[in-house]
Amino acid sequence: MSAVSDTTPRLAAPRPRGGVVQSVADSLVVARRNLIRMSRIPEMIIFGLIQPIMFVVLFSYVFGGSMTIGGTTDADVYRNFLMAGIFAQTVTFATAGAGAGIADDMHKGLIDRFRSLPMARGAVLTGRTLADLVQTALTVVVLAVVALLVGWRIHEGVPKALGAFALLLLLGYAFSWIGALIGLSVRTPEAATSGGLIWLFPVTFVSNAFVDSSQMTPWLRHVAEWNPFSATVQACRELFGNPGVSNSSAWPMQHSVWASIIWSLLIIALFRTLAVRKYRSAS
Amino acid sequence: MPGAIHAEGLVKTFGDVRALDGVDLDVPEGTVLGLLGPNGAGKTTAVRVLTTLLRPDSGRAVVAGVDVLKHPNEVRRSIGLSGQFAAVDEYLTGRENLHMVGQLYQMSSRAAKARAGELLERFHLADAADRPAKTYSGGMRRRLDLAAALVVSPPVMFMDEPTTGLDPRNRQQLWDVIQELVAGGTTLLLTTQYLEEADHLAHDICVVDHGKVIARGTSDQLKLRTGGERVEVVVHRPDMIDPARAVLAGFGKGEVAVETHTRKLTVPVAGGAKLLAEVIRELDSRGVEIDDIGLRRPTLDDVFISLTGHTAELAEEGDGDSAAAGGGDRGQGPKEAVK
Ligand SMILES: Nc1ncnc2c1ncn2[C@@H]1O[C@H](COP(=O)(O)OP(=O)(O)OP(=O)(O)O)[C@@H](O)[C@H]1O
Ligand SMILES: [Mg+2]
Repeated sequence: MSAVSDTTPRLAAPRPRGGVVQSVADSLVVARRNLIRMSRIPEMIIFGLIQPIMFVVLFSYVFGGSMTIGGTTDADVYRNFLMAGIFAQTVTFATAGAGAGIADDMHKGLIDRFRSLPMARGAVLTGRTLADLVQTALTVVVLAVVALLVGWRIHEGVPKALGAFALLLLLGYAFSWIGALIGLSVRTPEAATSGGLIWLFPVTFVSNAFVDSSQMTPWLRHVAEWNPFSATVQACRELFGNPGVSNSSAWPMQHSVWASIIWSLLIIALFRTLAVRKYRSAS
Repeated sequence: MPGAIHAEGLVKTFGDVRALDGVDLDVPEGTVLGLLGPNGAGKTTAVRVLTTLLRPDSGRAVVAGVDVLKHPNEVRRSIGLSGQFAAVDEYLTGRENLHMVGQLYQMSSRAAKARAGELLERFHLADAADRPAKTYSGGMRRRLDLAAALVVSPPVMFMDEPTTGLDPRNRQQLWDVIQELVAGGTTLLLTTQYLEEADHLAHDICVVDHGKVIARGTSDQLKLRTGGERVEVVVHRPDMIDPARAVLAGFGKGEVAVETHTRKLTVPVAGGAKLLAEVIRELDSRGVEIDDIGLRRPTLDDVFISLTGHTAELAEEGDGDSAAAGGGDRGQGPKEAVK
C-alpha cells in the first residue's frame, strides 16, 4: 500500500530512554499534571488546611489544661507538646489524598491510558506521591504559621527545626505510598478516601502524638513506642525543643531521628514495591 | 507473514466468566479488522489483552512484530489506544492532556506541544483547546481521547467503540480520519456496535460471542452466508399479521420473522422481482393491506442476528437504516466460520 501524504507521518514513539533518566522525566510529567489538577480544585487544598487548623484549636483548647505533660497541666505546655503530633498527623493525611486520586484515575480509565503508554513503570505513582508531597509541604507551612499564632515556639534553632520538617515530609511521603497501594486496591475513590483514613486513626492515636505514652498501660505503651509514627513525633519534639520528650528506654525513643528515617525508608521500600507491582497488574 | 496484529488461542477468565475463550485473530498490515459482538462478548477484553493492559490466562499475541507478553513496553511504543470510555483528565485542558500524552510517549516537550496543536485543529477542538476537559461535551471528550490515541500516529491502532456517542457529522469525520490513517498504512482493530460502521470501514469482520469468534470474513462473505434476498412486508393492521405470515411461509425459503410492534414480516426468498409481484397479488387476494413491501439484500444486522440470536443492542439507538432489526429471527445458519 503506498503511503498517502498526510500531516501525520507514521512514526512509532521515540525509543524509551529507559533507566533513571526516563523514570525521573516521566514522574515529573505526571507530577506536573497532578499539580495542575490540584490548582484547579482549590477546595481540596482549603479543606486540607482547615482540618489540621481545626485540630490545633480543638485539641489545645479542649484538652489543654486537663493533660499532664512533664508534671504540669499548663495549657500552654500542652499546646507546645501537641504541635509535633498535629504536624505528624497532618502529613500522614496525604495518604488519603494519594489513595483517592489514584482510585479516581483508575475509575476514569486514566490508569489504562497511562499503562498503554511506553512510560516508566513507577512514574504514575511516583508523580502522584511527589505532587502530594508539594501539597503537604504547603499545608505544613500554613499550619506552622497558625501554630506560632497560638503560642507554639521552637527552641533549638532554625536548622534543627528545618530538620524536623524534613523528617515530617519524609514520613508523609512514605505514607503516601501506602495510600497509593490502597487506591489501587479498592474499586471507588470514595472507598479509597475512607479506607485511606480509617487505619490512620489507630496509628496516630496509639502513639505519643496527643498524650504522654508513658502513662499508657504497658502493652499499649510498647506499641506506641515502636509505632513508626511516634518516632517522628519524638524526633520533632527534640528538634523543636518542645516539652514532653519521652525518656523511655525503647530504642526508637532513644534514637528518634534515626528511627524516624529508618521507618520511613522501610515503608517506602516496601509499599513502593507492592504498589508498583499492583499497578502493573491492575485491571 | 503474520499480520500487524496476530493472536492465537487467547483465553481470559474472570471467575466463572470466560471473557475470551480461545480467540485467534490476524490483521494484515494496513487493514482494518472490525470486531463485532453483543454486549459482554469479550471485545473490550480482547483489546485490553492486545494493548498490554491485561495478561491472558493462555495464548499468545504479537503486535507490530513484538510479543505482547514478553516485551509489553516495546509494544506500547507502536500502538495507540482509544478505550471504550474516554480517558481524559477532566481538570486539564485539551491541550494539556495531549501535551502530557506526547511527553509520556517520550516526545520532547516542544514536539509534544506542536503535535497537540495539530491534533486539536484536526479534531475540531481548537476553540475549546484551552478549557478544562470537564467543560467538554461527551462527543468532544471522545474526540480528545481519540486525538490522544493518535499522538504519535502509531503503526497499529486499537479503537474500542470509537464512534459511540458521536453525532452523525462527527462520526463521518472520524470515519474520514480513520480512512486517511489506513491509507497511510496504519493497521486498525476496531470494535463497534454499529454494523454500518463495520461495513463501511472494515476490510475483515470477526463476529464474537461468549468469548469465541463465531464467524469471520469480509462483509460481503458474511452477508452471503445469511442467505440471499428477503421480502419485507409491513401490513396495515395487527390482525393482518397472521394471514400475511401464512402467505409468506408459502413463498419463503426459511422461517418468517415477525416484528409485532412495527407489523413487519421478513422472509428469505429466491426469485427476485417476479416473486415479489406474486407475493403482492397473493396478499391482495387474501385481503391483506400493505403499507410497505420490498425486496431487501441482507445487511450486517441480519448477519448479526442470525449468528448471535440477538440484535446489536446499541445499534437500536443508531440513526437511519442501520437501526433496522427484527426480534424474532433466531439463528438458522450453521455456525462454523466462513473461511
Ligand atoms: N474486570 C472484570 N472482572 C470481571 N468480569 C469482567 C471484567 N472485565 C470483563 N468482564 C466480563 O467479561 C465479559 C466480557 O466483557 P467485555 O468487556 O470484554 O465485553 P464487550 O464485548 O466489550 O461488551 P460491551 O459491548 O458491552 O462493551 C463480560 O461478561 C464481563 O462481565
Ligand atoms: Mg466493551
